[in-house]
Amino acid sequence: MQDSKADVTRVVIDTKGLQCLLEALAQAGYRVVGPTVRDEAIVYDDIAGIESLPVGWTDRQEAGRYALERRGDDACFGYVVGPHSWKKFLFPPVETLWTARRDEAGAMAVSRPEPSQGPFAFIGMRACEIEAIAIQDRVFEQGPYTDTAYAARRSDAFIVALNCGQAGGTCFCVSMDTGPKAKHGFDLALTEMIDGPSHRFLVEVGSEAGARIMVQVPHEQASAGQVEMAEAIVERTAGQMGRSLDTQGLKELLQDNPEHPRWDDVAMRCLTCANCTMVCPTCFCSTVEDHSDLTNTEAQRVRKWDSCFTMDYSYIHGGSVRASTASRYRQWMTHKLANWIDQFGTSGCVGCGRCITWCPVGIDLTEEAAAIRAAPGEKGSG
Amino acid sequence: MTGRPKLAVWKFASCDGCQLSLLDCEDELLAVAGAVEIANFPEASSAIVEGPYDLSLVEGSITTPHDAERILAVRKQSKFLVTIGACATAGGIQALRNFADVKDFVAAVYASPQYIDTLATSTPISAHIPVDYELHGCPINKAQLVEVISAFLAGRKPAVPAHSVCIECKQRGSVCVMVQGTPCLGPVTHAGCGAICPAYRRGCYGCYGPMETPNMPALTREWRQLGADGRDIRRALRSFNAWAEPFRKESAAHDD
Repeated sequence: MQDSKADVTRVVIDTKGLQCLLEALAQAGYRVVGPTVRDEAIVYDDIAGIESLPVGWTDRQEAGRYALERRGDDACFGYVVGPHSWKKFLFPPVETLWTARRDEAGAMAVSRPEPSQGPFAFIGMRACEIEAIAIQDRVFEQGPYTDTAYAARRSDAFIVALNCGQAGGTCFCVSMDTGPKAKHGFDLALTEMIDGPSHRFLVEVGSEAGARIMVQVPHEQASAGQVEMAEAIVERTAGQMGRSLDTQGLKELLQDNPEHPRWDDVAMRCLTCANCTMVCPTCFCSTVEDHSDLTNTEAQRVRKWDSCFTMDYSYIHGGSVRASTASRYRQWMTHKLANWIDQFGTSGCVGCGRCITWCPVGIDLTEEAAAIRAAPGEKGSG
Repeated sequence: MTGRPKLAVWKFASCDGCQLSLLDCEDELLAVAGAVEIANFPEASSAIVEGPYDLSLVEGSITTPHDAERILAVRKQSKFLVTIGACATAGGIQALRNFADVKDFVAAVYASPQYIDTLATSTPISAHIPVDYELHGCPINKAQLVEVISAFLAGRKPAVPAHSVCIECKQRGSVCVMVQGTPCLGPVTHAGCGAICPAYRRGCYGCYGPMETPNMPALTREWRQLGADGRDIRRALRSFNAWAEPFRKESAAHDD
């Protein structure tokens, strides 16, 4: 996939065109994954066609609360973001890294499982989610060591972005400069436009792979009015953000306040359940478990998502370095919003709001950051 | 260790479900029998080999004076002793007696209460003897049991995480039921079951007992926000792991 900054081709398709697009991707051998209604939520899963999409549904998100609601129209992408990010596809929650077998002669053979999934076509990826993948790329592909399984899934993926038509109660991509319009990192980018009986999508072609697929999809050139309409939709969304985060000097603010009493305050509320890190599209930590079998002939190394909220995460000989809840919450938030910048050159937060929505007790990192900003330099009792 | 290590399975006050999970390891059972000598397992075989035993699995809680003596003898014969299940690790459902007067129960249940010789409390094995490892759950997860036995044989640490059920729930791809309005014990409960109940759209029942660092007051505050009252909270916490300290203390805080 390539970024195309100039001469972006803009065309318009209708809902039949969208169905054609999904079919063309499936025929091209992609595993087509997109939004669909399951478990009273809009999740990302395999989709068979346009009928799998959450047509006419939206999501209401607040701190620690999520509910589906009916829309007044038949929008295919009229929701905000799903409970789980796309990272579960590129960075699976549980993955066997290798298996070792000892044969009867005592020789050892190590094998690595073949990647069984993909290539993926991701349908309806939001701008913040594309940014999140770019952040994970830095971790998995652009450091001194490459995660080859991740890199293979990533390079094969086809991304159909979706410029947001509405913002949710916990969204703050505008603060993080990551949305609501996808600027790069996609093969195709759609903006859904519903105007009375007219239901169309403006399509921006972002790569050669995108252009090749569009050859198979009936479309027409976008008019100046349609381009304007799409821009107005994204602009309206930008004005609807449910949350905001003041990023001015945020890195220094958090790094200078490790003993702020707010860390103890949030520790009274935090469950250390790790949901925030599981739903975060950029959190990349994992642990490995080594398993041996009863007959001592086979061993496996399995990688699983891990979290800085567990005791094992910071366990070294003798105990856990971050035993208190305050130290674990501080580690997570300070890494996400401040130390990440030193480590990878960007913030670790894209403003998708998942950690706020999916915290069972509704802890809001924008509120925690604002509380520290309101009284910087305070010291807790320790 | 020379030869195969000798395995013994002991039963105290319990339903047998946890030790039966060993027999339920159909695919692995032959491998278990090949790797260890099943020396004392009355549920599986009437052939009893005398101790000492290399590995003892202990199911059940201590509820009678006789069992309080017997567990001391088990410890003496066991090099490595693992308690399995909520009864053995927390006192089990029968620890509900600890919140009331056992004499009232005995009088209500038995026609001839004079024949009943029982303790006032049901307590975990660790309240009576040193325990080398505790495997939680009601019932335990058989894959985790095989993992504990495999780890024992290989001399390594078992991969049995003590974090919340939420991590397993998210790894499984379930949608959080609590954020959707259903009170759930998952955030304070020890992982191990694979987050079964939320996968079927139910709140967690806490079968695996408290996780490593449970924040009980924070969870129950949210339960009240979701409409649960003190009785709901008390009942949820007073089940299989009622006597586990974090659950016990929090349930007492809602005695309203």
